[in-house]
Amino acid sequence: MSAPEIPAAASIVTVSNLIKQFGRFVALRGVNAEFAGGKLYVILGDNGAGKTTFLRALAGLAQPTRGEVSILGKNPPEACRDVGYMAHPSLLYDEMSGLENLRYFARLYGIAGDSRCAQVIRLVRLDPELTRPVGQYSQGMRQRMSLARAILHDPGILFLDEPFSNVDVRSAGEMVELLTSMRDAGKTIFVVTHQASLLESVADEFVWMQAGQIVDRTAGRTQGSSRAGTE
Amino acid sequence: MSSLRSITLATLTKDIRLEWRSRDAINSMLFFSLLVVVIFSFSFDPNAEESREIAGGLIWVAFLFAAVVALNQTWARELRNQVLDAYRVSPAPANALFVAKALGNFILVTLLEAVMAPLFMIFYNLRALGPAWQLIPVAILGTWALVVNGTFFAAMSLRTRSREIMLPLLLFPISIPAVQSMVEATRIILAGDGSARFWIVLLLTYDVVFTTACLALFETILQAE
Amino acid sequence: MKRAFPILAVLTALLLTYSTYQALVVAPTERTMGDVQRIFYYHVPSAWTAFLLFVVNLVASVIYLTRKSAKADAVALVSAEVGVVFCTVVLVTGPIWARPVWGIWWTWDLRLTLTLVLWLIYVSYLVLRRFSDSSQTPKLAAVLAIFGALDVPLVYFSIWFFRTQHPQPVIGGGGSLDPRMLHVLLINWLAFSCLAFVVCCWRYRLELLHREVEEMESLEALRGVTQ
Repeated sequence: MSAPEIPAAASIVTVSNLIKQFGRFVALRGVNAEFAGGKLYVILGDNGAGKTTFLRALAGLAQPTRGEVSILGKNPPEACRDVGYMAHPSLLYDEMSGLENLRYFARLYGIAGDSRCAQVIRLVRLDPELTRPVGQYSQGMRQRMSLARAILHDPGILFLDEPFSNVDVRSAGEMVELLTSMRDAGKTIFVVTHQASLLESVADEFVWMQAGQIVDRTAGRTQGSSRAGTE
Repeated sequence: MSSLRSITLATLTKDIRLEWRSRDAINSMLFFSLLVVVIFSFSFDPNAEESREIAGGLIWVAFLFAAVVALNQTWARELRNQVLDAYRVSPAPANALFVAKALGNFILVTLLEAVMAPLFMIFYNLRALGPAWQLIPVAILGTWALVVNGTFFAAMSLRTRSREIMLPLLLFPISIPAVQSMVEATRIILAGDGSARFWIVLLLTYDVVFTTACLALFETILQAE
Repeated sequence: MKRAFPILAVLTALLLTYSTYQALVVAPTERTMGDVQRIFYYHVPSAWTAFLLFVVNLVASVIYLTRKSAKADAVALVSAEVGVVFCTVVLVTGPIWARPVWGIWWTWDLRLTLTLVLWLIYVSYLVLRRFSDSSQTPKLAAVLAIFGALDVPLVYFSIWFFRTQHPQPVIGGGGSLDPRMLHVLLINWLAFSCLAFVVCCWRYRLELLHREVEEMESLEALRGVTQ
């Protein structure tokens, strides 16, 4: 199962006038943006800037109050096979082992057998034979297993919300390596994080959000210009 | 649709496995059911003649309370670690999740009933004067009536404050015709007092109407955020 | 609409005065029950008005789900609120009437029981609206309204059949109605419907204003942050 062939320059995620309101609170205030494929985008901003809501809207978990999100020309729910999502909570069942968890999620994507699950677990440098329930993992292991779940169906686009939060340095480093290799293989990756330093050297673009809008987009080091990401 | 069936089955077996691994929840529910039967027996003195009249009501009210405890539990698991998001992001259809949850709840509540019913029969010295086999369709249809709406409203309550009280608050009024049918049918069968056919048909109608409504509207409430 | 509203309110007040006069003075005194029976002219029209409002609620809820119209949602909320009030009137006037006439506070007859169940369903609807986070409230509430509406015929049949098996006094009695009484009844129903309409319009405007204020407040807050 391979990711769809996406010409790198084409815009694969388009957002037009995206507004998301939670009753009294307006989380996203008319966001307009286009994102090309094959890049690693780091989304930064203060707490409450709307980063998580933005990512959830892109992943199809939060329906826009107004405006549109287009992933590969489709609605987010229609694009679900091409999209992987990961957040700070693990999105895994604590009482099952890693392989058992992935086996279940594989069924949701119509993937039969264990081989893909085991392969993906090895990709994140974990042991598929581990029978320990996920609830007993360290945070680093848990986030890596969560990432494994997100890439299980080999999506072309990844949305990661605070993947490195409370994660030990080694695990974080391994995750960054994996993300970089995936980006190099042509996948499009969006990462919301407060720890931009981890991705400083590999990010293609930094997207700055404030008060529900994108206020700035700066090229990363890989593009040759030198605005460093900040905490 | 084979994928719908396989996803439903996978979700159901996953839930059963998880339920089995955290057996405390089931054990405490079983004990709660036992307590309910005992308290009812102390409150409503089981003298043979009167007891057959009110046993129908007592049993189903007891089942209703035990069911609410069970229903609140089963969605709670999906909220830990926001696992529900993983399902919503996948291509798996919302209805497969609903059917799997409803079936899981049905099995769980039937288990509780299997514990409570014999106890009621013993404490109240119950014997059916009418066709006892009819109690089986009443039990199945009645339990499904409670479980199908209960699963649906429990999912609705996930998005509200005071989640645990919202479920019975939404479920009880809508369940009134179903509860009345179950109670009347049981009373008629136990007392041998006429035909329970109307009530069984009404229960069947209730089940068909609300199963359809739940399947039609579950996706709407699942995606509400 | 805004210009017509005060006129409509005044006309409704006049109509209510007229209908009250009709009910309390003009209508003939009932043979067996005496003057207490006049509560009938409040009890029955309130029930019909409440049912009408719940139909409005159902229609508005369906429109909301199919067209996502915020105004439909406001209409659903308003009709449920006013409907619950009229339901309460039925449930209170029932016992007030029953006690002196039949010596009982309550009877599980068809109308009263159905009204009680409707009251319970719509109170749970209002509780849901209050307890859920405002972004998904309209959707959840609309779904609940549909469930409630599907339930009503089932409730009706279950009570109806139960009553045929276990007959009990019917508040209001059966049998035919003196045409003069029918006339007063219909006038009161008209007056109550107009009252319901006026109150709903008023509440609807209030609700729309409330939502406008909320939107402006949140935009203000956002602007304050970017400053």
